[in-house]
Amino acid sequence: MSITDSPPRAGTRAVRRRRSSDRGFNRAFRWIAVGAGVLILVVLAAVALFLLWQAWPAITAGSTELASAVPRYPEETSLLGYVGPLVFGTLLAAVLALCLAVPVAIGIALFISHYSPRRLSQVLGYLVDLLAAIPSVVYGLWGFLVLAPVLTPLWLWLNENLSWIPLYGGQASTTGRAMATVGVVLAVMILPIITAVSREVFLQTPKLHEEAALALGATRWEVVRTAVLPFGRSGVISAAMLGLGRALGETMAVLMIISPGFSYGLDILAAGQHQTIAAYIAADFPESTGLGINTLIATGLALFVITLAVNMTARWIVARRKEFSGAN
Amino acid sequence: MAQRIDVKDLNIYYGDFLAVQDVAMTIEPESVTALIGPSGCGKSTYLRTLNRMHEVIPGARVEGSVQLEGVDLYGSDVDPVAVRRNVGMVFQRPNPFPTMSIRDNVLAGVKLNNKRISKADADDLVESSLHGANLWNEVKDRLEKPGSGLSGGQQQRLCIARAIAVKPQVLLMDEPCSALDPISTIAIEDLIGELKNDYTIVIVTHNMQQAARVSDRTAFFNIAGTGKPGKLIEMDDTSTIFSSPAEKSTEDYVSGRFG
Repeated sequence: MSITDSPPRAGTRAVRRRRSSDRGFNRAFRWIAVGAGVLILVVLAAVALFLLWQAWPAITAGSTELASAVPRYPEETSLLGYVGPLVFGTLLAAVLALCLAVPVAIGIALFISHYSPRRLSQVLGYLVDLLAAIPSVVYGLWGFLVLAPVLTPLWLWLNENLSWIPLYGGQASTTGRAMATVGVVLAVMILPIITAVSREVFLQTPKLHEEAALALGATRWEVVRTAVLPFGRSGVISAAMLGLGRALGETMAVLMIISPGFSYGLDILAAGQHQTIAAYIAADFPESTGLGINTLIATGLALFVITLAVNMTARWIVARRKEFSGAN
Repeated sequence: MAQRIDVKDLNIYYGDFLAVQDVAMTIEPESVTALIGPSGCGKSTYLRTLNRMHEVIPGARVEGSVQLEGVDLYGSDVDPVAVRRNVGMVFQRPNPFPTMSIRDNVLAGVKLNNKRISKADADDLVESSLHGANLWNEVKDRLEKPGSGLSGGQQQRLCIARAIAVKPQVLLMDEPCSALDPISTIAIEDLIGELKNDYTIVIVTHNMQQAARVSDRTAFFNIAGTGKPGKLIEMDDTSTIFSSPAEKSTEDYVSGRFG
């Protein structure tokens, strides 16, 4: 800066003009970048404020007041006691989906990046990306009409033979409209995003590290284990969190499949046990007024907090082992 | 531990492209053999055929034979994974595994080869390998720290420790000092002098002084022009190559007239 501030000379005028217009662009670009960054914070704050403001009447209302305003509100229950099972159901659905989807997604991603012939891997990549283009209402229809009947015998079998495992206890649904089916459908829905991100991360494994493992006498799987997976670890966690975010907020597919309930039970094969926040809001919003809407928004606030907490936990996990991440 | 390598009629291809033509060479055990030559003449490609790392590249293949103590590395019943366990390699750029500690880096190859190793044995092996790579005194207090936190020269010696921890017969080095400063280079060169008591060492280098300093035998590779295959021009005792080589092109190269 101090150089351009020196007294002008005839020969440097053109140079100076260039510089000053460059500086204009520079400044403009800087403000656009800062503005974009600030905009995110503003939107986040606006959503949080809206949720708090609209949920406030429900948060401050007594349980009798809520019971009269909200359909199917259990007697003598605080708002927290009311939202609790919904939070539980939401987390259960998302965790189930994640448990099913992540191993499969990592498998597909590894196959595409390190095992399959190049031609096949391109086709597979497209196919997986296509899965992401299917609207969630279609997934809901498919889950309800096709998947639930197909899975029901399996659920009944698990219920009959493995009911000593807490997840498979209770009275299994004969229509498949239970949390287990929702978990499977959600897993299919979040599979593409987790696969796509993992695949990109695995492909970026430095050749140097793969060759280091090969030169030590590693088999293909050992190369994956010593070089590819450790390198891709934080990326896979990020991918899983992206998937989790989608699973937490998914509305239509859950709404169309599940037969809702408000329990804390783990019986994922039984009907009438669980409900997720997003599906609950969508189902009850049309018939709610006044305090009822405020209560729904309070559950929405709970979903917002969960999602925020999940993302921050993921960041923390990724940052904890930064020293070993290979970024240095 | 050290073993002899006999190479006969070796042609190396990338797809249909003949990269290196008709190499015949005997590499003596417990000695250092340097491969020199201008860029693109195929010396690194040739080096990578000695532990079957060449075929990792899609389409790459070889014809001819490479024998380690009489066993053809390219025989139909030979597993390339087993070959690489016997023939270790150090790369141009230091490549310790970034997600592993210094200790785990040294043990990486051993854990692949035999899964179970007692803690005491592992400790001994880490210490002896790091001693072998002249690195022990510098890192003994921070074995649990990541290997990527070391300096470039230390990282390269860590890679050498990792390679010798699996007790190979042969150690291949692909320009191991080209990314290092002079002090680290001397440390590695001294180390090579010690390692040759136990291993057969083959080193590719662009630095002719280095070849003259560390090697017993020197092989000169050359290429007639772009698109033509690289060839082994001559191989002899290092002192002969640098004083009175048989070929004119070798003399031109080592005296700095081209390349």
